[in-house]
Amino acid sequence: MTNAILTGLMLGGMYALIAMGLTLQYGVARIMNLSYGEFLIAAAFASHWLFTGWAISPFVGLALVVPLAFVLNFAIYKLLLTPLVRRAPNRDALEVDSILATFGLTFVIQGSMLALFGGAYYSYSFLAFPVQFVGETVAANRLAALGITILLGLALYLALTRTRAGTAVRAVAVDPFAAQLVAINVPQASALTFALGGALVAAAGVLVSTFLTFSASSGVVFTMKALIVVVMGGVGNMLGCLVAGLALGLSEALVASYVDPGLTLAVNFALFLAVLLVKPAGLFGRATR
Amino acid sequence: MTARTAGLGALALAAFVLLAFVPRLGNAYYLALAISLLQYTVLATAWGMFSGPTRYVSLATTAFFGVGAYTVAVLGEILPWPLVLLIAAALGAILAAIVGLSTLRLSGVYFVIFTFGLTELIRQLVVWFEVNKSRVLGRYVFVDITQADIYWQLLALTAAVFLLGWLIARSRLGFALRVIGEDETVAKHCGINTTFAKVALFTISATVMTLVGAIMAPRWTYIEPSIAFNSMISFQVLIMALLGGAHRLWGPVLGAVPLTLLFELLSARFPNTFTIILGCIFLLIVYMLPRGVAGLFEKLAAAPGGKTTQRVAA
Repeated sequence: MTNAILTGLMLGGMYALIAMGLTLQYGVARIMNLSYGEFLIAAAFASHWLFTGWAISPFVGLALVVPLAFVLNFAIYKLLLTPLVRRAPNRDALEVDSILATFGLTFVIQGSMLALFGGAYYSYSFLAFPVQFVGETVAANRLAALGITILLGLALYLALTRTRAGTAVRAVAVDPFAAQLVAINVPQASALTFALGGALVAAAGVLVSTFLTFSASSGVVFTMKALIVVVMGGVGNMLGCLVAGLALGLSEALVASYVDPGLTLAVNFALFLAVLLVKPAGLFGRATR
Repeated sequence: MTARTAGLGALALAAFVLLAFVPRLGNAYYLALAISLLQYTVLATAWGMFSGPTRYVSLATTAFFGVGAYTVAVLGEILPWPLVLLIAAALGAILAAIVGLSTLRLSGVYFVIFTFGLTELIRQLVVWFEVNKSRVLGRYVFVDITQADIYWQLLALTAAVFLLGWLIARSRLGFALRVIGEDETVAKHCGINTTFAKVALFTISATVMTLVGAIMAPRWTYIEPSIAFNSMISFQVLIMALLGGAHRLWGPVLGAVPLTLLFELLSARFPNTFTIILGCIFLLIVYMLPRGVAGLFEKLAAAPGGKTTQRVAA
């Protein structure tokens, strides 16, 4: 039982980390990014390449991959998504357009990775030794990933609540039009937040690659989980992200160890629907419409 | 106007009668191509029937297609063919009603997310059931259905879909959906039961997709979940409907026909980079033709001197 809960918490921490970037991208920049998981897998491949080809530890790899992802996502927002933002007459239209554009992007990125790496599963052995943690044996790489996840989450939370830029970002999330009235450069803030979301998912990708096998086509699953967590927790809400991520991880681990590992996705969706039927705006979301 | 409608109806009827003779050509390759064309035409038109007026992007075409195909794989040899089709359609309708009732009451995004995962969810459930309960993963389909039979069934379904779409567009339901697509709040204030209208149309559209899957199933002799639930179909159908223009009943055909031919060519020539090319084509359509070919025609028809007006506007 302790083992299942511990596994669930670690899984949940990972989901929370994966979803944090998306909640920024969707909550602030209003881009429903369906190619999100592909960026995670791309970062995982980058980390794999750095580790196996250059013997660079994933923790050092983070310092290389994350800034690169930030720049790349900034460029994607500026080049690909800004035309859609300008074109859209309202928020709903932007949502539809961004869903379509990023869905197309999914296939471009996935196809490129398939062409580069093939369809095989990849993994590498990093910190793969057991350690004792609250009386249970867990893999060191998972524990390390959880530690970094907590650090990243704390840093993000503090940045959003304690700094001027973070306050501006939260203002855009609440109301982009009103934010302009108080002299916030909304397009700039949106672009930077989107890029920050991309950087976070790259960090998640590097961390995930240390303990999970992945293939060029496994991005969709991560996109799905991130979407579920974001909507369940309430769009744009960090605390909601954490709670929903943990709930998802726990339910998955419990079902996998006590019912059947083949039913985890069904549990995800059941939980998702159950939350939405009771609270349509998510656990911590405000009803907007 | 009625004379024009009658004329168009006669023309459509003549086209269908003419198309019914394709299997008589005796060329297996053309027949296979014609089946692909009809398959995607029906799927894209069915997709557009719901997603066009409501603007809710459904990514679950494969889920319904797969349910249809897999129903045939399970029941094809046990029951007579019409009954199998009926059961497949019923299953698709029930699934669509459940999905619709649980997500369409909420905002459109939840619907998109749910349909995004639906294919994977159903596939996992089918695999789980096959592994744990029935203990067969992968089934052989031996039914007495020839390629020509598949073609004729699809052609009949195409005719039915267009007739149905035309009837719905003229009915109160179709009008309600257009109002919802323009502004859902206004629709609610007009006294339209928006949830009912959306769920009803989603169910109709999904039933058609399920039937396509069921009809197509005998084409494969061996079916397993990863074949029946191939997410590429959702994507291709979405591209086709968007290229054609989903806001018109006849729009998706304009995308389905050229793109089916193009995909046929591309997947044969560039099997490794097919996905990338597909993604790029899709992006081009989203950016260049947001209202599809149908929208382009409308623009040209609305302004015969389109170039001059544009210059004035600029």
